[in-house]
Amino acid sequence: MSTFLGMPAAPPRAPYGAGNLRGDRSFPKAAHDELRNDQLRRNLGKATHTIRAKRLAVTGELPDWERLRDAGSALKTATMNRLPDLLEELERKVTERGGTVHWARDAVEANALVTELIEATGSREVIKVKSMATQEIGLNEHLESRGITPYETDLAELIVQLAHDKPSHILVPAIHRNRDEIREIFLKEIPGVDPELDAVPAHLAAAARAYLREKFMTTKVAVSGANFGVAETGTLAVVESEGNGRMCLTLPETLITVMGIEKVIPRYQDLEVFLQLLPRSSTGERMNPYTSMWTGTTPGDGPQDFHLVLLDNGRTAALADSVGREALNCIRCSACLNVCPVYERAGGHAYGSTYPGPIGAVLTPQLAGMHAAKDDPNSSLPYASSLCGACFDACPVKIDIPSLLVELRHQKTEESGTTAEKLAMKAAAGVMKRPKVYTAAQNAARLGRVAGGRSGTISHLPPPFNGWSESRDTPVPPRHTFRSWLASDEGTAALRDAAAEGARQRAAAPETPDTPEEDR
Amino acid sequence: MTTTARETVLGRIRDALALAPAPEADVPRAYRTGRTLPDADRLALLTDRLVDYRAEVHPCTAEETAATVAAVLTPRGARLVGIPAGLDRTWLTAYDGALRVDDAAVAPPTLDALDGVVTASAVSCAETGTIFLDGSPDQGRRALTLVPDLHVCVVDLSSVAVGVPEAVARLVPDRPTTLISGPSATSDIELERVEGVHGPRTLDVIIRTDV
Repeated sequence: MSTFLGMPAAPPRAPYGAGNLRGDRSFPKAAHDELRNDQLRRNLGKATHTIRAKRLAVTGELPDWERLRDAGSALKTATMNRLPDLLEELERKVTERGGTVHWARDAVEANALVTELIEATGSREVIKVKSMATQEIGLNEHLESRGITPYETDLAELIVQLAHDKPSHILVPAIHRNRDEIREIFLKEIPGVDPELDAVPAHLAAAARAYLREKFMTTKVAVSGANFGVAETGTLAVVESEGNGRMCLTLPETLITVMGIEKVIPRYQDLEVFLQLLPRSSTGERMNPYTSMWTGTTPGDGPQDFHLVLLDNGRTAALADSVGREALNCIRCSACLNVCPVYERAGGHAYGSTYPGPIGAVLTPQLAGMHAAKDDPNSSLPYASSLCGACFDACPVKIDIPSLLVELRHQKTEESGTTAEKLAMKAAAGVMKRPKVYTAAQNAARLGRVAGGRSGTISHLPPPFNGWSESRDTPVPPRHTFRSWLASDEGTAALRDAAAEGARQRAAAPETPDTPEEDR
Repeated sequence: MTTTARETVLGRIRDALALAPAPEADVPRAYRTGRTLPDADRLALLTDRLVDYRAEVHPCTAEETAATVAAVLTPRGARLVGIPAGLDRTWLTAYDGALRVDDAAVAPPTLDALDGVVTASAVSCAETGTIFLDGSPDQGRRALTLVPDLHVCVVDLSSVAVGVPEAVARLVPDRPTTLISGPSATSDIELERVEGVHGPRTLDVIIRTDV
């Protein structure tokens, strides 16, 4: 409606309660439990260290890696500036080439749309390519509620689906499972699996191949995401490893692709940048085994019925934030997860969202908001970081994640309005401005020593300061304040001794009078 | 009047950009483009990358094509091989197994019964070990090189570009294009690489060094 009024209105966040952009408890609470899972930490530690080494090796061998990052970053920024034109161009090109383009304001609308498209084919099942967008909107859950069976075909997504679990990593969603756990899941959930199946990864992969082969050959509808959508030509690209993507994009009669509006890129030539940045950052390979690129429909080759669903779901809300919009530049490589000391220990589930790790901590609140009034778990995400900056260094499109985290912390504080903590800080400022009142307050604070007990630390402060002590201990107030010590006889004597010592030193070493102690 | 989702989303984007206008960004394309390398270097680089992906590489001359194709297919036990309609038939004169010429009417389960497939290729990228198929008559539709478990792919050295920008520049955008870098693989279990999931588990690349 805003267009009619001529006044821009802030676009809405993704609707509360729809899709998978919000956990059911705050990050510290979730992480607290996950940290106790030794198996998870071992699996994660092994996986993230392996992939870090691979990524460094293949990014290090390109002398122009930094120049590629600069180009990728600028391309994404330039894309956001021209987003309406580029999306209309993409729509026009896809339509010219025989595809149908749909738009979805949010998860609810996208789910309904995809369901309708599947129902129109008469099929009651779909094969799925791993896709962050459909995970974000909770498409599988919605389809199941409408009696349609989605089959995840990526090995890790299959493991997650069979275990009735949630993905915990953007690239390797089952990173939290080891081979023995996967064997157990397959034995329990795959119909007709060989009961002698062992835990050798190659054998587990072969079992998945055998199980999915028949689905690929017979299922009439596939649902995919897209890594890139080229406005200039209407070409869509899916980057993958196993060939399940090629199967889904090629064999069915109908293909439905759900793509976030930020995934559009201006020109076909721009693929030359992203096809270098993405595989090397993501799996640490020079190139991923398979990439499929298609433009509308092609007679005699692949699905003859192609639908592209362009999804907002909070992306325009992120775009309206001049700082936060940078999170939309993400190409979902997951390099930031693999280098993050917090992710490595807490794991992906602690973030509660489809998007975990550093990028998830900025993207999730951008898309879905941090509702102060609702005690939203998302408002804890900007704090799920030590701000060490490793994610910024690893990001192939140079998203300054630490700065975004700080900005979101600021926004959260602003949004949370007047709190008891804020009032207390205001009172403290008043006290500190008046020396006499401050001295009196310090004397009174000494009474707090009793709260420290024998350890000398206070682990739980009373409200309104309990937020402070949730994640750190507070030392008890000292016996004397510095000011009272300095005013005492002991303080005066110490000051006098120090002055005399200084005079002696100057007399003994006149040639180096200006060298301060710490510089020697 | 009802507003369509299209109008709403485009309106929201325009609102967002009005609320938070961003400065124009120039795209610095200072990365390497337009690279060339002598034949021997491109051959060595492509071979190194393909072998790293555990594909088999068989260099030969144009004259040796048929003999090389047969020498690859026979030890693999391929007795029924699919070919795209536009493939140069002289490549198969030394092969003594059965051939099936593909067409769009052949259903996927029928493709599954093939022992392998022989095709040409459009472009390759040496630096990443990537072969690009674009659905031309000598490469066939995408399903043909996907469903059978063995793919024998003929690459002419003249079609091998040095890097990704040089390879992308040679593509025809609106053709269905598949990038293949080794046999299918997964690292989804403890990040241990396993070759061969859903796509062909064996990739044989015949590089014709004088074409």
